[in-house]
Amino acid sequence: MIEALSFDFVQHALLAGILVSFAAGIIGSLIVVNRMVFLAGGIAHTSYGGIGLAVYFGLPIFLGASLFAVGAALLIAVLTMKSRHRIDTFIGLIWAVGMAIGVIFVDLTPGYNVDLMSYLFGSILAVNTQDLYFMGGLLVMILLIITFGYRNILAVSYDSEYAALRGVNVRFYYTLTLILSALTVVVAIKVVGLILVIAMLTIPVYIAEKLSGSLLSMMFISGAVATFFTLIGLWFSYTYNLTSGASIILVSAVFLGIFLLLYRRK
Amino acid sequence: MPLQHPIRKTMKTDMTVIDVEHVTFAYDKEVVLEDVNLKVQEKDFLAVIGPNGGGKSTLLKLILGINPIQQGSIKVFGKPPSKSLPYIGYVPQNTNINTDFPIKVIEVVLIGHVGGKRPLFGYGKDEIACAMGALEQVGMEAFAQSKIGALSGGQRQRVMIARALCAHPKILILDEPTSSIDITGQREIYELLKVLNKSITIIVVSHDISVILEYANKAVHVNRELSYHDISDKKKTFHTHNNKGHFCEIELLQMLGADGCGVCDTSTTSTGSMTDKTEVPEPLQTKWKENK
Repeated sequence: MIEALSFDFVQHALLAGILVSFAAGIIGSLIVVNRMVFLAGGIAHTSYGGIGLAVYFGLPIFLGASLFAVGAALLIAVLTMKSRHRIDTFIGLIWAVGMAIGVIFVDLTPGYNVDLMSYLFGSILAVNTQDLYFMGGLLVMILLIITFGYRNILAVSYDSEYAALRGVNVRFYYTLTLILSALTVVVAIKVVGLILVIAMLTIPVYIAEKLSGSLLSMMFISGAVATFFTLIGLWFSYTYNLTSGASIILVSAVFLGIFLLLYRRK
Repeated sequence: MPLQHPIRKTMKTDMTVIDVEHVTFAYDKEVVLEDVNLKVQEKDFLAVIGPNGGGKSTLLKLILGINPIQQGSIKVFGKPPSKSLPYIGYVPQNTNINTDFPIKVIEVVLIGHVGGKRPLFGYGKDEIACAMGALEQVGMEAFAQSKIGALSGGQRQRVMIARALCAHPKILILDEPTSSIDITGQREIYELLKVLNKSITIIVVSHDISVILEYANKAVHVNRELSYHDISDKKKTFHTHNNKGHFCEIELLQMLGADGCGVCDTSTTSTGSMTDKTEVPEPLQTKWKENK
């Protein structure tokens, strides 16, 4: 195990795992307290459309997926504000159409068979330096936004109607949360893949929720718990030669089970 | 029955804080409020009663500026509702939502702060001191660091009142503040409001008619139209059929909603004026008949 750390790709994988886990812990907390898990799932799958387009037009995958996911987030933001009662239908629709666009554009790309599986289930061992900059940049941006916008984000998440009465721009913060979710989902695709990302955004948060008294501590406990799961998952994946994303998620699920057993007994 | 007549524009205005004139409001095509007029005086304790769906909450939301004004005008301290938010403290109807949200009591109260200078991040010392002051006013300062979900319904309601007080409002508006609280808790909330009423105007929407009317000095019955009653002299306004000094809900509804005024179109019997049966438990009805 120790000699593995000397490989560049292992170092990249570990660094990516830590950066993405922290981002997922913080944004996952926001997603869970705002009850937007289904929305985040929709955005995650829709972003495959961006991957397909990026492959077809020869753009960087991260760029294509990010733009497409942010677009989907904005669309969902507008739709949820206009007709809240039909939102589950719209999300289901955007979810499937996004994936279909991705599959078709990959089909249309001449002489190129992209490994679909690596986007669905992650390819953390293929993280390059550019990806790391992107992940680091996102985490810094999230930390800045949380630092300066915490009280408004808290007010909107806890009671949006009251926040609006106190002069907080609820729509702005709602849209901001969706955009940050979209970007976090995109970086997490590298680590666990777009199908498994939802578990990464929710399992650590669920544990943190029980251990924390405030949204801020929930975010950081989630980040730490997610990092722990990712590192254990990666070790597991490396030792037994298993898919990394799935290993991380299963490790998380097993720890969640143990945690709940201990927590109930208490 | 010596019921004072609805007060119209002729009454002497010492200090009108809320002035609602000829307001009509409809959701889509369904008219909820029709030509509603209301003047709230400074330091009034106004009870807003009426059946479910009668437009009580809609009226509040118009005053708060949540609903747009379609017809007529509303002035709060002479300004339109959207410009008068700093003067109004609001305690919304359902405070039992989001109880598993990880938030401390003090943080909930701090949400109540409005405008003003804010520190770059976190909360200012003066803001925290102010929030603690608001918690002391409602007797919840010992719970400042507790999680909101760990409180009882009555305690949580006090925190919501503290949140509203945090902005130093001149008017406090509460929507069904005691709907999910036991009888003792209800009394405590109203006693608290009574104390607060010494310095601020209070408007309460409530189903607990018998309780609220003991504390209120004015009452309006809203069921599409609005009828106004000055009940500050309760001994004159009402006479009770029992000796407990407690008004039976039927009597009150009869006096306020039915034949008490010419504005309400519910003219026949007291029970006829109540579209919402849940407001009148069966035992009360029989009690009333016996008394009669």
